[in-house]
Amino acid sequence: MDGGDEVAEAPATPPQPLEWKFSQVFGERTAGEEVQEDEMMEPAMEVWTYVDYLLLKIAVDFSIASSDERLSRNLPLMSSFGSRRMELQNHAIAGSRMSACLVDKYNWMWWNLEYVDIISAIEFDRSGDHLATGDRGGRVVLFERTDTKDHGGSRRDLERMDYPISRHPEFRYKTEFQSHEPEFDYLKSLEIEEKINKIRWCQAANGALFLLSTNDKTIKYWKVGKEPYLEVQEKKVKKISEMNMDPLKAVGNGGIASSSNSNIGKQCLANGGDKSYDLPSNDLSIPPGGFPSLRLPVVTSNETSLMARCRRVYAHAHDYHINSISNNSDGETFISADDLRINLWNLEISNQSFNIVDVKPANMEDLTEVITSAEFHPSHCNMLAYSSSKGSIRLIDLRQSALCDSHAKLPTVTSSAYRFEEPEAPGSRSFFTEIIASISDIKFARDGRHILSRDYMTLKLWDINMDSGPVATFQVHEYLRPKLCDLYENDSIFDKFECCLSGDGLRVATGSYSNLFRVFGCAPGGTEATTLEASKNPMRRQVQTPSRPSRSLSSITRVVRREQSPTGAEAPGVDANGTSFDFTTKLLHLAWHPTENSIACAAANSLYMYYA
Amino acid sequence: MSTMEEPLYPIAVLIDELKNDDIQLRLNSIRRLSTIARALGEERTRKELIPFLSENNDDDDEVLLAMAEELGVFIPYVGGVEYAHVLLPPLETLCTVEETCVRDKAVESLCRIGSQMRETDLVDWFIPLVKRLAAGEWFTARVSSCGLFHIAYPSAPDMLKTELRSIYSQLCQDDMPMVRRSAASNLGKFAATVEPAHLKTDIMSIFEDLTQDDQDSVRLLAVEGCAALGKLLEPQDCIAHILPVIVNFSQDKSWRVRYMVANQLYELCEAVGPEPTRTDLVPAYVRLLRDNEAEVRIAAAGKVTKFCRILSPELAIQHILPCVKELSSDSSQHVRSALASVIMGMAPVLGKDATIEQLLPIFLSLLKDEFPDVRLNIISKLDQVNQVIGIDLLSQSLLPAIVELAEDRHWRVRLAIIEYIPLLSSQLGVGFFDDKLGALCMQWLQDKVYSIRDAAANNLKRLAEEFGPEWAMQHIIPQVLEMSTNSHYLYRMTILHAVSLLAPVMGSEITCSKLLPVVINASKDRVPNIKFNVAKVLQSLIPIVDQSIAEKTIRPCLVELSEDPDVDVRFFANQALQTIDSVMMSS
Repeated sequence: MDGGDEVAEAPATPPQPLEWKFSQVFGERTAGEEVQEDEMMEPAMEVWTYVDYLLLKIAVDFSIASSDERLSRNLPLMSSFGSRRMELQNHAIAGSRMSACLVDKYNWMWWNLEYVDIISAIEFDRSGDHLATGDRGGRVVLFERTDTKDHGGSRRDLERMDYPISRHPEFRYKTEFQSHEPEFDYLKSLEIEEKINKIRWCQAANGALFLLSTNDKTIKYWKVGKEPYLEVQEKKVKKISEMNMDPLKAVGNGGIASSSNSNIGKQCLANGGDKSYDLPSNDLSIPPGGFPSLRLPVVTSNETSLMARCRRVYAHAHDYHINSISNNSDGETFISADDLRINLWNLEISNQSFNIVDVKPANMEDLTEVITSAEFHPSHCNMLAYSSSKGSIRLIDLRQSALCDSHAKLPTVTSSAYRFEEPEAPGSRSFFTEIIASISDIKFARDGRHILSRDYMTLKLWDINMDSGPVATFQVHEYLRPKLCDLYENDSIFDKFECCLSGDGLRVATGSYSNLFRVFGCAPGGTEATTLEASKNPMRRQVQTPSRPSRSLSSITRVVRREQSPTGAEAPGVDANGTSFDFTTKLLHLAWHPTENSIACAAANSLYMYYA
Repeated sequence: MSTMEEPLYPIAVLIDELKNDDIQLRLNSIRRLSTIARALGEERTRKELIPFLSENNDDDDEVLLAMAEELGVFIPYVGGVEYAHVLLPPLETLCTVEETCVRDKAVESLCRIGSQMRETDLVDWFIPLVKRLAAGEWFTARVSSCGLFHIAYPSAPDMLKTELRSIYSQLCQDDMPMVRRSAASNLGKFAATVEPAHLKTDIMSIFEDLTQDDQDSVRLLAVEGCAALGKLLEPQDCIAHILPVIVNFSQDKSWRVRYMVANQLYELCEAVGPEPTRTDLVPAYVRLLRDNEAEVRIAAAGKVTKFCRILSPELAIQHILPCVKELSSDSSQHVRSALASVIMGMAPVLGKDATIEQLLPIFLSLLKDEFPDVRLNIISKLDQVNQVIGIDLLSQSLLPAIVELAEDRHWRVRLAIIEYIPLLSSQLGVGFFDDKLGALCMQWLQDKVYSIRDAAANNLKRLAEEFGPEWAMQHIIPQVLEMSTNSHYLYRMTILHAVSLLAPVMGSEITCSKLLPVVINASKDRVPNIKFNVAKVLQSLIPIVDQSIAEKTIRPCLVELSEDPDVDVRFFANQALQTIDSVMMSS
């Protein structure tokens, strides 16, 4: 594995903190064009867990045919239910009452061009030579690495090549395509957004790239490669010279067996498209040498262009919203996970899938937990992990049984040490504990030994051989803890932040608000914790928040939860009182280059790349 | 020259359309590739058409698939086997595309061509192709190469044979699991061509590597190799090398591997002989029948008859039958269903006494299963038990099950049982049918679901065929005609349908005397749907009845209908009238 030399050189001492530098930005918006992704909403009256939130989301989807989360959030105010669990029908009725007053806002958002440009997925391919982003408009944009491409040669060679240390990965726009379109499910009266939820790269073949992309309901398998035929067909067909049937010229049927274009004056009709003709039957006497007058079309052009072709569509297998897809190391299967189920697919077969996990209770009122993310083990084709809204990660072994609802291992957060200690107000402890425990993303480390999970406040690194607790916990934005109430009221608390690990497994990264993201060193004894801003000057807001990775339970309590202080006038969003912290600019999606210290992250519609 | 014009024109169009924008036209042209080749002649096919096709490898999968298929039978068009090698290059490119079904077809065609090629040509052309593919940069080529070794190997000289074996073993250790899977699934075919001496050394070591692959998906394909290899080896080698592997596999951690074993185990019994079967394979199979995973039990249960056929009856009764008993009350309905579909086959194996004593209680419990599929599976294989235990014993227990299924609330179940009625009645005989099933058949004509009524009408026709018109005259026709006055028009329509189906079977006389009056009567129905169906039925009766009757009875009725206020009735009546006219004209 590349990049692993750091470990080899200095196994005892943790690696030095990295000096992050700006590399590139794609699609940066000009100043003043801030995208207001979220509007502040009135506070909700009741305690909502992630499950309630989700139930409501489903209900609203069904009733007002909208998958916009925002619409559902004011619903508790409208309907006067007492219990936390309500019948979906109630939601539906409430939803339709609600819809009218929100339509304007919804339309505004929908027609705002910026909205569709917001990046919703980022993924490097296995070699690190390509990067794909998906956006809310259903597009997938591919970038290719430029600093190694000059060498030519195959991808296989490039994979093995040692890059010069001084170079950092640089990418350029390669191509883009429309992966998903907005749809309407008439049977369920449900609008299906085109937003790309996840992208996963598959095994490349024959010089073409393959990837899976998914929105809420449908997974598609794409091939991106040089395809001369279909796209340039228009051009190319014209370049087919030497046809037998030329509508303008005559047919060369003079019986001269030469290659000359001797045209003997016999006019022909068009290419027989509308003319019904009978093929000569077998009794047609064909001379031993055949008919010399017939000629094959000659294609003179060899133009190729890069184009994406949808090879397969895996649809109609999910009743709920797909939150993750992950391909298997066996190269032939992948999983797709929605809120309640995980399905296993064969890449070649799009009309059937196997349900391998089903957490849907017989009665939806008994629902306490949903699946939030799922991923295959990087090398063991039989292992996969999924996370839940209750903060647990389950590791399952596909070999044990066909339906894997009973779990191989259950590393769950059990220690109260991971819950916050100083509640903002009495009683708030029970309010938010469950919500912020919900895991928004899990990733296997490349070694397959560790799993990184992200919940609302922390990043946790787990060893799959130790299910009693995480081996390390990193506080992402501890200064927000006093503001959980605000975050809950404007629904930011339900934001799903992704996380990523470096290829060598020594560092982890995740996003936060105000377009900040954080990089932590996870080597034993390390204290590396860097805050970066997704801008051209990433270290601008660099604040050395003393957050050390907690190795033992006791050290958790020593985490200094100092309020983030403003570092200067140029960072007005970060306020000690927390009144104007910028919840609208959140950095949800980011990815670490598989072999180098390079991070790609999405701030609204811009893709920023950093290296160290 | 202008005489050549006419036949040539369509071929010229066909050739041009090889490059048309419309995929349908390209596909059409590719499917007529042999016509094009014949028109071009053998030499130009070799020199122009084949190179042209080799370049044309960036088309749609569908076109490529058709091309791969056509090229497999192209030897006659390029000038016979001595020129067969010119077909290899286009197929070689097709072996590298990313679509699996195209590659598979190309491999299949290559094998077909290779098996006809002369030995020297194989060495000169085919083996280098296999080697190129096996060393391909992308896994797609390497995957395809695995399926070609068994063609290339037999004609290779010794040096090359050694090389081919080592290439194959390389492929079995490829980085890509896809390649290893392909190598594993083709190992049996390849091994069949390898000399016994190398079989024991090279192939067995390859096999052992595959059985220890860390990818589940590779190991389970190695199971398939077990049976194939087992048949190639001497029994003692098989016992020494294959038996321990399969016994291990039958206890593998992965249910998918055990599932494969359950499917394949009976094939191995023959290879190892009776004694090891008794000592090792029967216990392994019993374990699989009691596996924790329902999928494995389904596979094992589905093979229970095949397995028992290999064993002696005593062994089967002693070891397998207790498991079968357990499976008949398995918690998974799919296991019971799989068992029900094969358990009938055990009756001849076990003999009459054991069947009555041991198997019959199991049949009966499966016949009373709450899951309709289980019951249906039993009933569909009824003839096999009938031979062993006789109908009397069976019919007592059978009837309640049939009646229950006939009234099942799922119409698909009812439909399935209707389809078995002719089979059942032929097995059970007229007497039994009259007593018990006759009423059911009539009852279905008044089912709420159209498909059932439709099937019921068809069923009557098949019964009439089975038992003959005389029987039908007594047992079907009166009951059917009685229903023609049903108050619901949909049921009356069913009767019309049944009449139109029965008429050809009953013959002209009965049709005229019994069926026709009912139809004519129905033409005075108040519902237009009935009336135009009457017109349709009459149209179908015209060829059956005498011309005089058609003139005397049918025509006036149709004329009346042709003046009906309803446009559809008029339309169908006029159509029927035209039929009468044309019959009259032709006679």
